[in-house]
Amino acid sequence: MKAPITNLSAQANSSLANKTGSWRTVKPVINLNTCVGCSLCAKLCPEGCIEMKKQIKTEKIKAKINYDYCKGCGLCAHECPVKAIKMENDF
Amino acid sequence: MNNKNTKFLSPGHNGCAGCGQLSAAQAVMRGLHKNVIIANATGCLEVTTTAYPQSAWGLPWIHSLFENAAAVASGIKAALNKKGDKKTKVVVQGGDGGTFDIGFGLISGLWERGENVLYICYDTEAYSNTGIQASGATPYGASTSTSPSGTVSSGSTQRKKDMLAIALAHNLKYVAQSSAGFPDDITNKVKKALETDGPSYLQILCPCIPGWKINNNEAAMLGKLAVQTGLYPLLEYINGQLSASSINSNFQAKAVEEYLKKQGRFKHLKEADISIIQKLAAENIKKYKI
Repeated sequence: MKAPITNLSAQANSSLANKTGSWRTVKPVINLNTCVGCSLCAKLCPEGCIEMKKQIKTEKIKAKINYDYCKGCGLCAHECPVKAIKMENDF
Repeated sequence: MNNKNTKFLSPGHNGCAGCGQLSAAQAVMRGLHKNVIIANATGCLEVTTTAYPQSAWGLPWIHSLFENAAAVASGIKAALNKKGDKKTKVVVQGGDGGTFDIGFGLISGLWERGENVLYICYDTEAYSNTGIQASGATPYGASTSTSPSGTVSSGSTQRKKDMLAIALAHNLKYVAQSSAGFPDDITNKVKKALETDGPSYLQILCPCIPGWKINNNEAAMLGKLAVQTGLYPLLEYINGQLSASSINSNFQAKAVEEYLKKQGRFKHLKEADISIIQKLAAENIKKYKI
């Protein structure tokens, strides 16, 4: 008898279905007045859930966190060179 | 960083909050392009990103076993050569267990055959995925589940295996070492390695939250401290010659104690052990000075 062929492939980027934001107990909050738009937080984030976005009014580039996926590790707040990110309780 | 649709490594994976390896993997992905096929060894990177039936990867990605990622990459390369495809690059990703110990023989084979494959080792200095057992990459003095510290032992008694020297002994054209605290350095080295004609090796130090017994927000800081103390310098060898090093004329070494005391795996160390590790850093500073 032939062994059944099992499909062990997965759709690309299908992990987006897991909203890992529910892991969070503390949340990073960016002070847009202090943020200088260096993008270090976006480069370091293990989730890759920080984007650099142009502000509508000022046209300056600032960091924006996607809270659907942020696990609240605090790496961004710890490394921010201008201390623009503060960790706040999220429960 | 990238647009959601073009992401090579998406969120929603199961990596620990603050994982140094996934932070480094994001930097690696920024150095790759869409004509890349990845072969992944078993390890934390594979387990956390591909919990069936989902995958976090946005590039063609294959996992087979712990030991054979290098051989799988050889197979992919052979198929691409047969098709006459010169554009598509092949990248292997593995942890230190898969690279320093289990897959070691097949990696040597890959390098010996001189195939155009980039091998990236995410070095967490232990088998992080299976419960922090000591690997060939575990440094002196580190407490792991198979080298526990206690009344008789003060952690691992072995020195870290010098994989860079082994890679250089295979006459690789591009060999580099980086650390998770320096995302741009990682991205630049990946880009350079991809352009190299022939096999290349990149080893990245990745602080592991449970393995190193550190806080969630400290991975990047410890990645930087490892470089600043001289224990894990940023290095680049082109055609066997040391062409770039973090130990240059501006380098001022920090004391290793600053790096060690922040980690639970080293907290048992006494003066005598710390001075041994300080000597290892001094050896590195002498060896890799540019």
